[in-house]
Amino acid sequence: MSDVALRMERVYKKFRKGEVYNSLRDLLPALTGKMFRQQELSEKDKREFWALRDISFEVKRGEALGIIGHNGAGKSTILKILSRIMKPTTGSIVVNGRFSALIEVSAGFHQDLTGRENIFLNGTILGMTRREIESKLDQIIAFSGIEEFIDTPVKRYSSGMYARLGFSVAAHVDPEVLIVDEVLSVGDYVFQQKCMERMKEVTRTGTAVLFVSHNLRSIAEFCNGCLLLEHGRLVMSGSPNDVIQRYMNSGRIVGRQDESKPVVISEVRIRSQHGESVRFESGETAWIDVELTARRTCTKMAVVLFFTDESYYEVFNTSTERLGNGNFSLDPDDTFSCSFELRLNFANGSFRPVVAVYRYDTETLLDRWESATCIYVGSATDVRGAVNCFPQVVRHEVVKATAGKSKTLTAILSEGSE
Amino acid sequence: MKEELQELYKYRGLLYMITYRDIKVRYKQSIMGFMWAVLMPILIVMAGIVVRYAYALAANVPLKTPDIASVAVKSLPWAFLVSSIRFACLSLINNNNLVTKIYFPKEIFPIAAVMASLFDLFVASGALIIFLLIIQTGWSLYLIWTPVLLLTMVLLATGIGMIVSAASLFFRDVKFIVEVLLTFGIFFTPVFFDVSMFGDKGKWLLLNPMSPILDGFSACVAHHQSPNLPWFAYSFVFAMVALLGGYVFFKHLEPAFAESI
Repeated sequence: MSDVALRMERVYKKFRKGEVYNSLRDLLPALTGKMFRQQELSEKDKREFWALRDISFEVKRGEALGIIGHNGAGKSTILKILSRIMKPTTGSIVVNGRFSALIEVSAGFHQDLTGRENIFLNGTILGMTRREIESKLDQIIAFSGIEEFIDTPVKRYSSGMYARLGFSVAAHVDPEVLIVDEVLSVGDYVFQQKCMERMKEVTRTGTAVLFVSHNLRSIAEFCNGCLLLEHGRLVMSGSPNDVIQRYMNSGRIVGRQDESKPVVISEVRIRSQHGESVRFESGETAWIDVELTARRTCTKMAVVLFFTDESYYEVFNTSTERLGNGNFSLDPDDTFSCSFELRLNFANGSFRPVVAVYRYDTETLLDRWESATCIYVGSATDVRGAVNCFPQVVRHEVVKATAGKSKTLTAILSEGSE
Repeated sequence: MKEELQELYKYRGLLYMITYRDIKVRYKQSIMGFMWAVLMPILIVMAGIVVRYAYALAANVPLKTPDIASVAVKSLPWAFLVSSIRFACLSLINNNNLVTKIYFPKEIFPIAAVMASLFDLFVASGALIIFLLIIQTGWSLYLIWTPVLLLTMVLLATGIGMIVSAASLFFRDVKFIVEVLLTFGIFFTPVFFDVSMFGDKGKWLLLNPMSPILDGFSACVAHHQSPNLPWFAYSFVFAMVALLGGYVFFKHLEPAFAESI
């Protein structure tokens, strides 16, 4: 068998938007009307739009490819075409090997059946035989972590349990080609980690994975390659870091279209010592370069930089004026640039940088650049929250009540081993 | 088409599971459980007996045992046809999350609907056999015809089921039209009456493909005769055409399902 597990070649997909006749009652009068009026054809053309235009890519065995893009960019359409639910308008797809899609893993569940019955139902829908399911039943139930409720009808499940059971079934299909769409967004942190582990495991065994997610952190961690889609077009493919950087900057383009703004932030670059990056180690130094152009005369401005966490809660804020550089004024077409240097003492997690041009005395916001995505900070020490205080445990002891005196942990350990 | 059929065969385990699900869910949801499969046919049989009794009174002839057996024997297959087409018609719409999310041959849904109704028919047949024993219908070698008649009916129901399920996915009012046809179909099909009552004009009634089948059930179970072979052949050909035509129609529309539902 060839090395390529999944290939899409020059795929176009056309959709119709707007009104479609979905009852005979509407269709019959429309058909008779059409016989008398001929101009409807041109109206029909207007209603069509291309959801995908000229998409080509391939995934080899053991590779994981991520797809990112804004809502409506065509990510789900690609997955639906690959899973053969939809046919491309033109172009071809090749899928080599047993195929499994984790698109809404609990789609096959029936509310009135128990968890166990649903494992069989969903497993068969995903392409397993009855015997296979029987042999993996214990594993599946254990992975889902809902042993107690396995004989309860799933309509009584919480939404998290529901999704966990769905993923557990899907994760045990042992496919050669796996498609994952945003399923990891459900379930708690521990379960998400478990899912990522499972996905890494299947790639090691030679499965090709196609991964669609808004969680850029998991894309950067997990994928070897990444595609960026914009309005149905493939605009970039490359290493996850580069593509994510480009995706982040694409948020800026939206703001630029607004002609009424007196000042426009034309460029924001986030650098580490190795160049542009979106992944940092906790405590690493980052540089943020900002460039802006004035359209009209503006006075007493300052550049504000702040970070928010994933729930848009501000965790850090500073500005050129607060840092003692005073304010600046620009005439039309003047440009201004500045660079911030900062140590990212963030805890593990994603943070969203925002740059704004602000006038403090009149409290006016002149322009705002918001990154479409986040930077992620990894840390060797496992700390949660917003900041990393680089903690260390310098004392760790158990005091035995019976002994009446304290023993260090090492002392207790060595006693136990004797 | 050969590849498509091979694929359907590959997914036979799924067909089994979906059928199992349909049956299980139907019996789980109703308080009476298996009674559900028996109750509706019993009602139809009782209605049929009342109608036959009225005929007998009007014609001033006594109501004979074979007449009662005939009504009972025809009611069950009719109930099967109605319920299988009704469930098949809604099978794609009711499973829209599966139609739009996961790939497999979608004809599994209407076929499973027919199979689940067939299961109901078998359960109800148990009750029917007891009933026939009580009224002492007797038996003959012509009973061999019943599986053949049953098969023809299943083919016909599957063909029609595939057509109406696909059509109702695209046009939401198809299910109302189907419902009306199924409700009033009993007046154009010899369930409560016999084709022979119409004399020469009976042949017009037999054009309804279901008529020769029901007439055949009545002939071989209640009257211990062979079915009317030329008319049965007509029904069989009709059923095969419906099945093949329905399958081709269904497969032709299938790629557009996910976008149109």
